[in-house]
Amino acid sequence: MAIRRGRGVAAINYPTGMNLGGDPTQALVHSTPTGNFMVTLSSVDLGQGLKQIMAQICAETIGVPTDRVIIDTADTDTGPHCMGTFASRGTHRAGNAVIQAAKEARQVMLEVAAEELEVNASDLETDGEGNILVKGAPQKSISIFDVALSAHFKRGRSISGRGMFLIPRSYPEKETGAMKPSTCYAHACTVAEVEVDDETGEVTVLTVKNIFEIGRALNPRMVEQQLVGGSWMGISHALYETTEPYYPNRDHGGTDFNQYLMPGPGDLAETEIIVLERPSADGPYGAKGPGEMCANPQIPAVANAVFDAVGVRIDTLPITPERILRALKAQSAN
Amino acid sequence: MELRKSYFADQRKDGLHEIGQGRPRLDSPGHVTGKTAYFADRNFPNMLHLKMVRSPHHHARIRSIDTSEAEKHPGVVKILTAKDVPHNVYTILILIQIGPEDETVLADGKVRWKGEAVVAVLAETERAAQEAAAKIKVDYEVLPAVFDMEEALKPGAPLVNEYHGQNYYLYDSGECRKVRFGDVEAGFAEADHILEQSYQSSPIEHAPTETTGCVVVPEGNDRFTCYTNTQAMFFTLDNASIILQMPGSKLHFVGGTVGGGFGGKVDVIVEPIAILGAKLTGRPVCFIYSREEEMQISSPRAAEKVVIKDGVMKDGRIVARKVTGYTDAGAYSRHSPYGAQKGAAHYPGPYTIPNVWIDTYCVYTNRTPSSAMRGFGVTIGDFALEVQMDKLARLIGMDPLEFRFINAYRDGDMKAHRQPTEGAALIECMQEASRAADWPVAEKFMAMSSYTKGA
Repeated sequence: MAIRRGRGVAAINYPTGMNLGGDPTQALVHSTPTGNFMVTLSSVDLGQGLKQIMAQICAETIGVPTDRVIIDTADTDTGPHCMGTFASRGTHRAGNAVIQAAKEARQVMLEVAAEELEVNASDLETDGEGNILVKGAPQKSISIFDVALSAHFKRGRSISGRGMFLIPRSYPEKETGAMKPSTCYAHACTVAEVEVDDETGEVTVLTVKNIFEIGRALNPRMVEQQLVGGSWMGISHALYETTEPYYPNRDHGGTDFNQYLMPGPGDLAETEIIVLERPSADGPYGAKGPGEMCANPQIPAVANAVFDAVGVRIDTLPITPERILRALKAQSAN
Repeated sequence: MELRKSYFADQRKDGLHEIGQGRPRLDSPGHVTGKTAYFADRNFPNMLHLKMVRSPHHHARIRSIDTSEAEKHPGVVKILTAKDVPHNVYTILILIQIGPEDETVLADGKVRWKGEAVVAVLAETERAAQEAAAKIKVDYEVLPAVFDMEEALKPGAPLVNEYHGQNYYLYDSGECRKVRFGDVEAGFAEADHILEQSYQSSPIEHAPTETTGCVVVPEGNDRFTCYTNTQAMFFTLDNASIILQMPGSKLHFVGGTVGGGFGGKVDVIVEPIAILGAKLTGRPVCFIYSREEEMQISSPRAAEKVVIKDGVMKDGRIVARKVTGYTDAGAYSRHSPYGAQKGAAHYPGPYTIPNVWIDTYCVYTNRTPSSAMRGFGVTIGDFALEVQMDKLARLIGMDPLEFRFINAYRDGDMKAHRQPTEGAALIECMQEASRAADWPVAEKFMAMSSYTKGA
């Protein structure tokens, strides 16, 4: 009887957005009289930080700091339609809608600034700090605060924009399955190291090294929180979780967190995250949807590591001590 | 976390003002100080509490329902049964033309899974609602149930759901969604080795911190405001409008701040019945799942069975892959026909294989209906595919990482569903994994690129 060590690898890809498309999202953007920007949506923030990301996307597109953007979501009386937050679609779909709306608002903003500065709008640029400058002559400038005041009280212009993003729906061909499921895919490769106690069947995940390619890390700190959380969920799926431990038998299902097994802080592996960015052709600033795929590669990587450690294949999830011990017993019987 | 900027630098514009900056989240101070308002923080005078009477049987005919004792229970205001629901038989994906309507808001004549909602009780307090629910007498005639997908697909199996007429979802392509690419039998004939393996998962709970629920308030203008933690505002509003036969203009949904979803809050379950309760009583109504309901009543991730048969050459090339996937939908469709179909689009994984055959089935059984969850249609498939890849590599005596390089898809490669690969990055992820995990592979693999077929 011994503690045995093993490692395993898995590589995956994952589509962004609803399978086969047909999932629209809209956004509206308008400026307040003093040059703050309101983004109106009906998209839902599940805790992953959708509001923050939409604010950064709007800010980048308009050319103001993120703290000048306010996100108003999700009220169906005011927010335009969003299909919902699922299918790794929030950042990609809503982000594209926000960019389109923000571009339209930015154009009006530049036109008003052009009138104030008596130049052509095409000669203007933003400095990202709240000012509009004449290209090549930055001493000639106006603040967005003053532009918004002028638009409202002097020029009678609405600095606002409408955005809509839709991937047209694809219908699978019946016999061949020819179809267009998605327009961009995120990627990952995970290497997991485990120890397996061949007396108790217990698995300890020592390290998980995750490489994620996500198009573009719009906010790297938020990407990190999502990818680390996903990696933990992957370990949890591999080794612990099910509502029906003896599926297809319906008995013994957990009804609270005492009975439904999940790893505690002490059960989580040393986790390394490395991010690559290959911008997607149609993503907001190249972003793809990493929300779902980040929890997938750990499951097979852990399963393969368990085999590497003790030489038995557990092809049924979750990989419980009971299943490992039964497999070891069958192995020694042969 | 580290960003490896050396990869794909030619395709990326760095140095933007806000994008790529790790700005602190504007909502995190509220989250960590308890000041963020969630739907359940709304409290209204005279608010009623809704509790469900649920089926104790996996499959049964309802002979009668006796609510007389419960009606007399102190604090009970209203009791709802199937006849009170204007459009009781529904399915949520009807909004994107995926029918048939196959599920009841409140059971009508039959229950098809243990835990199915039969009677809704509205009372002054949660406790009164719970106590009254216990006094409702439902007379059941227990029917044979089926729990195993293979059993369910056999002739003569108990029929789970009459609205389908058979124990699988009928796609326009027939009993399963199909992908056919190349000639899979010719591929197997040519292969040096064949490996067929079967993989299985069981249902998994989303386990959000905040359980599913809503608070509904009848407004003075004949409209209803629904504070909800749904993941999809208009999807829920529009389905509620159908179920209640109420114009969408009468409904006002407020949400957007949710304590964890993971796909568990895309079914439309609590809102329609709570709105109906508010309409019939003229009082605010809250319907919030207990932790037990969240774990055993709300849809889990489906159990799946995946059978993979591969033909592989000694040099590491996979020349044929046949995948048969089964998704256990439980008693009703919810999002499962979509999930099974998404699986068909995902196989054979991020690898270029010339001969592919995919069949994915959505199967009905007498268990808690499953639905969307993080990685919907793909997570369990990836488990199966990547364990299979490990087995194939060992079968031909090859390093598992090198084996994946040989088969990895690259830009321009035709996928089985007949879309050319664009924006591939699997190779680069594996190259970085080789470095980070100190798992060396041959130099020719480190020189590969997703951009071209070169190397």
